[in-house]
Amino acid sequence: MSSMFDAQEAQSLLAAAVRGEMPDERGRFGPFGGRYIPETLVPAFERLEEGIREHLHAEDFQAEYKKQLREWVGRPTAMTYAAQLSERWGVDVWLKREDLAHTGAHKINNAIGQALLAKRLGAKRVIAETGAGQHGVASAAACARVGLPCSVYMGAVDIVRQAPNVDRMRRLGAEVVSVESGDKTLRAAIDEALRVWVSDPDGIYYILGSAVGAHPYPYLVRELQKVIGEESREQMLERTGKLPDAVFACVGGGSNAIGLFYPFIGDDVELIGVEAGGTGSGLGQNAATLATGTPGVLQGTYTIILQDNDGQVQETHSISAGLDYSGVGPEHALLQATGRVKYISAQDDEALDALEELCETEGILTALETSHAFAAARDWAKENPGKTILIGNSGRGDKDMPTLTKYPAKVRTVAGG
Amino acid sequence: MEAHEKITAAINSANDEGRPALVPFITAGYPEPTSFTETLKEVASAGDVVELGIPFSDPMADGMTIQRSSFEALKKGVSLKWIFDELDKVKDEVDTPLVMMSYLNPLLQFGYDELAERAVETGVCGFIVPDLPYEESEDIRRALEARGLGLVQLVTPATPDERLDTLSDASRGFLYAVTITGITGGDTGLPDDVTDYLDKVSEKSALPVCAGFGIRERNDVDNVGKHAAGAIVGSALVEVIERGESASGFLNELSGKA
Repeated sequence: MSSMFDAQEAQSLLAAAVRGEMPDERGRFGPFGGRYIPETLVPAFERLEEGIREHLHAEDFQAEYKKQLREWVGRPTAMTYAAQLSERWGVDVWLKREDLAHTGAHKINNAIGQALLAKRLGAKRVIAETGAGQHGVASAAACARVGLPCSVYMGAVDIVRQAPNVDRMRRLGAEVVSVESGDKTLRAAIDEALRVWVSDPDGIYYILGSAVGAHPYPYLVRELQKVIGEESREQMLERTGKLPDAVFACVGGGSNAIGLFYPFIGDDVELIGVEAGGTGSGLGQNAATLATGTPGVLQGTYTIILQDNDGQVQETHSISAGLDYSGVGPEHALLQATGRVKYISAQDDEALDALEELCETEGILTALETSHAFAAARDWAKENPGKTILIGNSGRGDKDMPTLTKYPAKVRTVAGG
Repeated sequence: MEAHEKITAAINSANDEGRPALVPFITAGYPEPTSFTETLKEVASAGDVVELGIPFSDPMADGMTIQRSSFEALKKGVSLKWIFDELDKVKDEVDTPLVMMSYLNPLLQFGYDELAERAVETGVCGFIVPDLPYEESEDIRRALEARGLGLVQLVTPATPDERLDTLSDASRGFLYAVTITGITGGDTGLPDDVTDYLDKVSEKSALPVCAGFGIRERNDVDNVGKHAAGAIVGSALVEVIERGESASGFLNELSGKA
C-alpha cells in the first residue's frame, strides 16, 4: 500500500495527522474515510456530527465522562511490568492493562462516552453491534448506567462461540438479537444494526463499537479511546523515564490500536499493529485486512477491505471473534499507507501459544484478540534484545473459555504437591 | 437524446397515456443465472423502465427478500461483468430503458470510466447507488454524465427541504422518492401521510418522481400514482419470480392491464 503516495505526499499527510488535522471536515484521513450511507441516515449522521461538535469537547461533557471513567470504569488502568516475560524474551515488557477496565476490555471507554452522548442528544433507545461480545457487554452496562434501553445485534456464529457474554448482556438488561443473515459474524451484525437504524433514525442512537464505519464514527471512537495511549505515555515516562521503543496492539476494526497508537504518532516510537492471520494467507483463511486487502468501500467508509475482483466483500477466519472483520478503520489505512505504523499478522496457533505463555509467566488470562499482539511482540523481541516494549493488553480472556476448552491446557505438575 | 433523457421520456409517455409509470426491479441472475435474459425481456415488456439489481455481499439498505436474492445470485457466480455480457446478447430485443441499482463498491472496483462505457453499449441509461450520498458522488457523476448517463438521487421522508432541492436538482432520469423510513421489502404498507410527502416532492422536482419501497399491490400503485409519476416495485416482484409465478402477469395486474 505504500505505493499509494510518493514519499513527499506521505510525509505531508502524516504531518497533518500528527498536528491533529485528521480527519478533515469531510471525515477523510487523506484518501480514506468519508461517509457512504443510505440517504435515510444522512440527517441522523448530520445530527450526530453536530452533537459531537457541541458536546464532545465541552467542559461539562468531559467532566462527566472523566468522572465515569474514574469512578465506574476504574481508570487509569494499571501499567504492569511483566518481569518473567521480560526475562524470557530478553526485552523489557510493559502491559497496559485494559483487561482491568470495567467489563473486562477497552470497549467500555467508548461505550460509556457514546451512551452519555446519546443521552444528551435525546435518544429514546440505543442499538449496538458486537463481535466478541465485549462491545455488546460494554454497551449494555453503559446503557444501564445512564438509563437507556439497549438492543445488541450479534451474528449467530458469534452467539455460539461467545456464549458467556450473551448471558452477561441479558443480565445487564440488554436485548440480544441474533443475526442470521450474511456471514453471521460482526460484519452482518453491523449491516443489521444499520438496517434497524434506518427504520427509526430520529429515536435511535447507534453506539458503533470500533473505529470503523462512516464519518464521524472513526473520529468519535478514536477520541473516546485515546485515553489508553495518553495514560500509557504518562505511565511509561513516570515508571521508566522514557518512551518505549515499540508499541504493539491487536487490530480488528482497530479501536484499541488507534486509542493506544494515536498519542504516540508524533514520537520516535515504533508502532506495530497485529491482525489475525487465521490459518493461512489465502482469501477467506484470515482477517489480515491491511496485510492482504485492497481499497474499497465497506459499511460507510473508504478503507482497506478483503474483497474479490468484483468488489464483493469476503468472509474472514480468525479464532478470535473480535478480529474477525473484513475491513479496518480508515485511520489505520492512512497510518499504513504513510508508513507510520507497520501492520503484521499472527496466526491462530501462534496466538494460542502466546495466550498460554502469558498465563504461565504473569498470571494473566488475556483475550484471544490480544494474544495476537503478544505473539508478534515475542517474534520482534528475538530481533531486538534489550529494548523496551509496550503491549496493549486490550481485554481479558474469560469470555474465550468456550473456544479455549477445545485446546486443553498443558498439564503441569507442581513439585511437592 | 442523452441516455438519461430516455428514462425521463419513458416515464412521461406512460403519464401521457393517463397512467403512472411502472418500474419493476429484479435482482440480476436470480433465481437462476440461466433465466436472466428471459426474465429481463418479460419484465421489460410489462414495465416502462426496468431497475436491475446488482448483487452485493453487504446490502445494508435492503430487507430479507433482496438480501436473499443477492446472496443467492452471488453464490451462483453473478457479477457485474457477467451481467453486462448477458445484456450484450439481448440489447437489440430490449428497448425499455434500464437503470442499474448497485451498492458503490462493485462499481468502484469495476472502474467508473469502463462502467460508463459498458453501460452505454448495453442500453443501461442510469444508476441508483443506495449507499452513495450526494456529497460523495462527484467522481462517479462526472464519469457517467460524460457519457450522457444519469445518477438517480434518492430522497426520503427524513430529507430536510433544503436538501430536497439540492437532490432534485442533481438527479437525472427521475427522482426516487423512498416512501418509508426503513429498508426495502417492509410489509407495513404505505404510511398514511405518503400523499402529502409525494405531493411535496413532486412539486419541488423538475424531473418525474417515482415512489418506491413498500409497493406490493394494485392499490399501492393507484395510490402513489395519484401523487407521483411512477411506482417502483421490487421485493414483491422478486418474491413472485422466486415462487416461479408469472412476472408479467403480476406486473399487468399491478398496472391494471390484467
